[in-house]
Amino acid sequence: MATQALYLIVPLAPLAAAIIVGLFGPKLGRSISHSLCIAGVAVSTVASFFVWRDIGGHTFNGDVYVWLQSGGLKLAIGFLIDPLTATMMLVVSFVSLMVHVYTIGYMADDPGYTRFFAYISLFTFSMLMLVMSNNFLQLFFGWEAVGLVSYLLIGFWYTRESAIYANLKAFLANRVGDFGFVLGIGLILAYFGTLDYAPVFARSKDFATATLPIGGSATWPLMTVICICLFIGAMGKSAQIPLHVWLPDSMEGPTPISALIHAATMVTAGIFMVARMSPLFELSDAALSFVTVIGATTALFMAFLGIVQNDIKRVIAYSTLSQLGYMTVALGVSAYSAAIFHLTTHAFFKALLFLCAGSVIIALHHEQDMRKMGGLAKYMRITRITAIIGSLALAGVPPFAGFFSKDSIIEATHFSTIPGHGYAYFAVTIGVFVTAFYSFRLLFLTFHGPERFARADHEEKSAHGTSSSAGGEPDAHHDEHERPKESPWVVTVPLILLAIPSVVVGWIYVEPMTIGSYFGSSIVVLPEHRAIAEMQAEWHGVEDFIRHGVLSLPFWLAIAGIVAAWYCYIVNPSLPARLQKMAGGLYTLLDNKYYFDKFNDWFFAGGARKLGATASNVGDRTIIDGWMVNGSARLVGWTSAVMRRLQTGYIYHYALSMVAGVVVMLWWWIWVVR
Amino acid sequence: MSILVTPTLAHYLVLGAILFAIAMAGIFINRRNVIIMLMSIELLLLSVNLNFIAFSRYLGDMQGQVFVFFILTVAAAESAIGLAILVLLFRNVGSIDVEDLDALKG
Repeated sequence: MATQALYLIVPLAPLAAAIIVGLFGPKLGRSISHSLCIAGVAVSTVASFFVWRDIGGHTFNGDVYVWLQSGGLKLAIGFLIDPLTATMMLVVSFVSLMVHVYTIGYMADDPGYTRFFAYISLFTFSMLMLVMSNNFLQLFFGWEAVGLVSYLLIGFWYTRESAIYANLKAFLANRVGDFGFVLGIGLILAYFGTLDYAPVFARSKDFATATLPIGGSATWPLMTVICICLFIGAMGKSAQIPLHVWLPDSMEGPTPISALIHAATMVTAGIFMVARMSPLFELSDAALSFVTVIGATTALFMAFLGIVQNDIKRVIAYSTLSQLGYMTVALGVSAYSAAIFHLTTHAFFKALLFLCAGSVIIALHHEQDMRKMGGLAKYMRITRITAIIGSLALAGVPPFAGFFSKDSIIEATHFSTIPGHGYAYFAVTIGVFVTAFYSFRLLFLTFHGPERFARADHEEKSAHGTSSSAGGEPDAHHDEHERPKESPWVVTVPLILLAIPSVVVGWIYVEPMTIGSYFGSSIVVLPEHRAIAEMQAEWHGVEDFIRHGVLSLPFWLAIAGIVAAWYCYIVNPSLPARLQKMAGGLYTLLDNKYYFDKFNDWFFAGGARKLGATASNVGDRTIIDGWMVNGSARLVGWTSAVMRRLQTGYIYHYALSMVAGVVVMLWWWIWVVR
Repeated sequence: MSILVTPTLAHYLVLGAILFAIAMAGIFINRRNVIIMLMSIELLLLSVNLNFIAFSRYLGDMQGQVFVFFILTVAAAESAIGLAILVLLFRNVGSIDVEDLDALKG
């Protein structure tokens, strides 16, 4: 029972903090507010840690509270605690704690300080509810709640038009995904008759060959439809092509949010969900193939976009998209464990990179354009070193965490036999080069080369409205021309604490997590999907994995990417501009992000507007207003114009008609009815 | 054989019908005067009364004659009210000409 109380504390501590600070934040003041929120998340982190450490034999699946019982349908709040959940709990609460601490420095001068803390604590609660759920309803609750908080936080600076545009876009793109997700859950409820994971997973094999009538005698395989519907939900939340468009724009939110929600945790909810549903996805090769192809496309083509971006946060955002693509590929080739492993390492190093970017942004008074940075290395040593660690981990250089997880995914893709694995293998391998290139481009442009920030000081001062004053530097107003300096300890300590797992997690956990039995029964892989099994067969220890990795293509592609970035941005800085001119059309394509935004604006937004205009003109103005409302008024007017002629006003006319009526009635009664 | 036959029920009913028709015609054809209209209404009631009395005698039942008394009473009250309305009408409209009373015209 004691452990059950522990499970409850994990989500409820941040919720309590969020409610108190959300309602009374301005009265409590800043320091009490952030202390409360940090305490809530810290409690949750410690509890998660104990749950995670304990997980060996202590899995738990039970309802905490039955919300509604109606016939055979039971809606309950419950927890499923197994290695998969425990890993997610620890990652979510730990990264959240780091971001909470970091926020003290980043948001120091923001008028919405307490509101921000309330939101991120609420987010932590929602995300924990999502990962700890033991049924589809609670999963959906968490799913929507994190979406809501994401919406609120993208539009945190609600006076900026671009932020409002971005959060609406995120909201709409996620609605598309959620529609598929709800359809998937509905199909599960219709066929399995329950929303709890355990019975659904237990009986999933009975439905392996079931079909779904789609009208007439045509049918679709049930499992494929369910899995693709669920995966559409994951595409929305985890920003896979073509529902990825919201993620780059979500960078309008404050940087801690980009780190926590739009890189480390929320966007991985889709990955987690698919891994959790592995007993279902395993039954449909078609769905897995779909997942693989979508993931591979996202991984490669979003990485290309990272090369041409100049906004430091957008580069990392496209990198996030690409890495989510890697995870999705891993899911598609049935390497769920590799996907969750990459999710974990990615959460650390991507949160680290975002927080580094935030630290740079603070130092440069909310300047985000990399063309106006450069040469920061000697001013911001801690930020620079941690950024290098993050970039090396992202590029996949051993022994940093990203190497192990990414190499596992590439290996698994190589061994897979699922349709589309060849394309996926090509995409993730080329992706390594691109990843290394853009992450070191970011590093070189920001920390090395000539100092380009001095001339940027004046123009950008008021670009961010009320939030424009530099966070973490109370004396920024007095000496605007001061050289950039290292951020305060509340910023650097989270950087260091995130850098540590970015280095060591891969080395320690590659063996148990990817190929070992770490996840136990929480992930199901059918014997015919051999990717992980092949890796197990070839496994000869971590050192051998590194040796093998160093000798294989992806590592050299990563090195090539780093060298290429070094050559382009340090040795020969005029080269990129020349290449850009040479590549003309290609550059325009990348600069316009493959025209996804333009297409969506034209087709969906424009189409919806046209449809609305047509419905308004034809349906509303012509039919309803014109025919029904005004038409009935005209009909009454016209009829009464005729009828009023009968109304002469002379009493004797009325009397005559009365008598005539009596006569007719008499005739009726006497002659007709009788 | 005398020309004067003993009046039977049919004679009274025919007389009542004739009176009724005359009163009707008085209401419809009269375009001049509201007073004549009121008189015609009285005549309608009287023709009905005649029917009552004729049937009362014929059937030997006093109820018909009792009804006539009620009707006469009500008719008296009605004509009193009708004349009062007429006076007020004349004060307000300045005319008791039927052709002028078309305020209800649509």
